[in-house]
Parts: sequence; C-alpha cells; structure tokens
Amino acid sequence: MAGKRRTRRSTAEARDIIVLDNVSKSYSTGAPALNGVSIRIRRGEFVFVVGDSGSGKSTLIKLLLRELTPTSGGVWVNGQDVVRLRHRKIPKFRRNLGIVFQDFRLLKDRNVYENVAFAQRIIQVPTREIRKNVPAILSIVGLAGKYKAKPKQLSGGEQQRVALARALINKPSILLADEPTGNLDPKNSWEIMKLLEEINQTGTTVLVVTHNREIVNAMKKRVVTMKKGVIVSDEEEGGYIDED
Amino acid sequence: MRISTLFYTIKQGFVNIVRNKWFSLASIATISACLFLFGLFYAILTNFQHIVKTAEEGVSVTVFFDEGISEDRIREIGDMINHRVEVREIVYKSAEEVWEEFKVEYLGEYADGFTENPLEDSANYEIYLSDVNMQSTLVTYLESVEGVRQVNRSEITANMLGGINILIGYVSLGIIAILLAVSVFLISNTVMIGISVRKEEINIMKYIGATDFFVRSPFVIEGILIGLLGSVVPLISVYYLYTNVIVYIGERFHFLSGLLQFLPVEEIFSTLMPASIAIGVGIGFLGSIVTVRKHLKV
Repeated sequence: MAGKRRTRRSTAEARDIIVLDNVSKSYSTGAPALNGVSIRIRRGEFVFVVGDSGSGKSTLIKLLLRELTPTSGGVWVNGQDVVRLRHRKIPKFRRNLGIVFQDFRLLKDRNVYENVAFAQRIIQVPTREIRKNVPAILSIVGLAGKYKAKPKQLSGGEQQRVALARALINKPSILLADEPTGNLDPKNSWEIMKLLEEINQTGTTVLVVTHNREIVNAMKKRVVTMKKGVIVSDEEEGGYIDED
Repeated sequence: MRISTLFYTIKQGFVNIVRNKWFSLASIATISACLFLFGLFYAILTNFQHIVKTAEEGVSVTVFFDEGISEDRIREIGDMINHRVEVREIVYKSAEEVWEEFKVEYLGEYADGFTENPLEDSANYEIYLSDVNMQSTLVTYLESVEGVRQVNRSEITANMLGGINILIGYVSLGIIAILLAVSVFLISNTVMIGISVRKEEINIMKYIGATDFFVRSPFVIEGILIGLLGSVVPLISVYYLYTNVIVYIGERFHFLSGLLQFLPVEEIFSTLMPASIAIGVGIGFLGSIVTVRKHLKV
C-alpha cells in the first residue's frame, strides 16, 4: 500500500490527534447546532459519539472534514488548524482522513475495484502499485472475490466494506464513520464493527458516530454523548445513555 | 501531473461520454442543431453579400466633358478623380472607342454610311466606386468640376444596394442573437439534466480528497469532446446540403445564373469550419466548467 504518513511537529498536540476547543456552530436559522463543545481524542483511540438526531453529531463530522467551519472556537486535526485551512489545501488535508458514510457513497457506475482504486488515483499512485494495493485491501475487508461487481449487485454489508476499503487504502491516520451501520442488519453491523476494531488495532484512530445502542454497550469503548449541541457525558468504557 | 494520471483523466472523459450516453447525445444534438442553423445562415448571408458585392462593383458613374475640351484638361480631370477616396477604378474611353463600340453593338453593316464620328463629344470616364453609398458625394463633386458637361449616375441601383447591405447587417445580427439565446437556453437545460448524476459523483470525489483540478479535468475533456462532435456533425451536413443546393438551383433556375453567383463551398468553409469548431468546443468547455464549478464547494 502506498501513501506516506506525514511526520508532523511533535508538540504537546501530538498525543491528541483531534482537538475541539469550545466549538460553537450556528446555522442561519434556528438554535446552534453545537454549543461550546470541547473534546480531545488521543492518537490510536476508538471513540463512539452518540446522540439523537439534532444532537450535533453530523455537524461535528462536517467540522472535522472541513465541510463547515465553526462559528467560534478551534478545531485541530492531526496537528493542523482546520479552521484556518485554505480552500486549496482541503483536498490534501482530507487524504489523511478515511471516511465512511451511512449510505456508502460509492460511485454507482464503477465496479468494486475502480471504487477502491479511485482513492489512490486522486493521490496519483502509479497504476502498477494500485494493481497491487487494491486486491490486498479488498482481501482485508473480505471482498477479494467480488472486485468486478457493481455496487448495486452487492448487499448493504458488502457495499459498506467497499467503502471501508476505499477509506483505508491510503492508510489514513484517522477513520471517521458516520452511522456506518445505519443501513445494515445486526449481523452485518457486527462484522463492520469488528473490522473497525481491527483497523483501530493497527494504530488508526477511529471515531464512530452511531445510534446503535447494542454495539455501543457491548464494545466497551470511550463514549461521548451529545444532546442539543452540547456534550452531556464522556466516559471511558461507557455505554449508551438512555434519554428517558 | 503523472503521465498515468493524465491518461486516466483523458480516459475518464471518454468513459463519461459513453456512461452518460443519453446526456451526451442530448448535448451533442443541441450543439449540432445550433451550429447547423448557424452554418446555414452563414452560408446564405455570405452568398447574399457576395451577390450584392458583385452588383456593387458594376455600379459606375460616367463623366462627359464640355465641347471642344483639350486632351490635357481631360487628363487633369482624370488625375483629380483618381485621387478621390470614393474611386476604386477609372476607365477612359475616347470618342472613337465609344463610336466603335456603338457601331458593333447597334449598327452593324449600316455603320458604313457614316464618314465622321457622330459621337465626337462622347469621350468619357467610367468611374467604379469603392463604396456605393458615396456615389452622391462623388457626383456632387464631379458636377462642380470645370469642363464637366454631364454626370450619369445609377441612382436607383446604388440606393437599393446600400439598403440591402444595411438590411443584411441587421438581419444577421438578429439571427445570431436569437441563435445564441436559443443555444444557451437549450444547453443550460441539458446540463441541468446531467447535474443530478454528477452532483453525487463530485461530492464523493471531494470527500476522498480529490483536488478541484482532478475533479474538473474529466468533465472538461468530456465537454470539449461533446462540443467537437457537436460541431463536426452540422459541418458535414451543411457541406452536403450546400453543394447539392447549389447544383440544384443552378440546374433549375439557370436563367438566373448571371445574377446568382454562388461562392464555392471551400470559401464558405474556410471561415465556417474554424468558427463552428471554436464555438462548439467553447460551448462544451464553458458548459462543463460552469456546471462543475457549482458543485466543487464541498
């Protein structure tokens, strides 16, 4: 696999790979989506972010991807000040993040191989190397035999594995998963979670936004719970907090 | 940029066209339709202008001199006329030449009865104009010149041709404006149809960390190819249509052949071909850039 991991300044920040400092985000209408949120996530951690819809989870992910900028407060990812990131530097910044969505977001008219290879093409990996890397990552997610299939020929679980393979092929230091099991049955959900855990064990920081109570409760990871734009709890080996 | 990336980008441009074949066909058809009309009007207008120009070149003013004028004075007047900006060409005909022509044309064998030249005061300058519209100015000037007895002008023709020229100018401006408006409308419509497919694709690319350039390039290549195809189709049709219509009109209305002098197809195409290709490629390029730009801000 190609994709060099950047050596960053080893400051005090180096231990914390994601830092949100007193972040607020208001949209033009309605109440603020985030209100004074502060989180520190260490390199190599596995963190669940849970909460109802409207709690600000999606806004959080969008801030980390630099799809949005906060109304106030600071966001640092991998030691980079995301708020001050220039538009033309965003692509390079995102290449260090693997992203998985609830709706998979695969290119529908390209097969599994091309979907995964695409992530390498945009960072200009030579074709020769792509031919080696894609089968390797596909066998990690258990799809080596289906590289020719189009997304619609695959089950939801399989599509999410393709998305995962695409997110991982460039060896990102952080994997962001936005409701990765939202469209999957329990069996597939568990398999995806197991994969995420394996990925985490290789040193990748994993942040999973989810609704899935069973999984959160069973996995005994750090759980950050959000409600109406604020963090209401942040526990190591936490569980899903019931609303009522 | 790596060579492999360059090839990938170009290949994606081609693949995109095939993948979205209905969108591509609709765009090619739109551009083709506009450029076909453009080509047609261009061919008609240039021919019309050509016909008017040929007619204009025939418009002349004839200057006759006072009786008993000296040869020197005639030469002097000739020089003066030659220096006027309105004048393209000036031809001197002596009284003898005029008489010879007249004999041949009208009298034939009856001319033998004349011993002297009955047209001895008919020496003249035939003046061809550089611009028909300036005829009046020239005539006014000529009438004021000493030694000039009479100025014959072709008033009706000159006015008419000047009018037609202005009319052609307005008509072509109007038609080009309408065509542009129609093509912009049609193309923005076809582009809108293709957007829904593209929006998702562009979004995904941007999330994975593709640069704007990388996202844009295949679309731009696609647009240029569509534009190119969209200009080649009407060029071929106009070519065949034009050559056949010329032959048809020539055969059917040969009594008009003196009046209707069509331009050869090569002359039309020496301008029409680069213009059509430039417009087609330009529309395709701009269309794709503008469409993609809207969705790059992710």
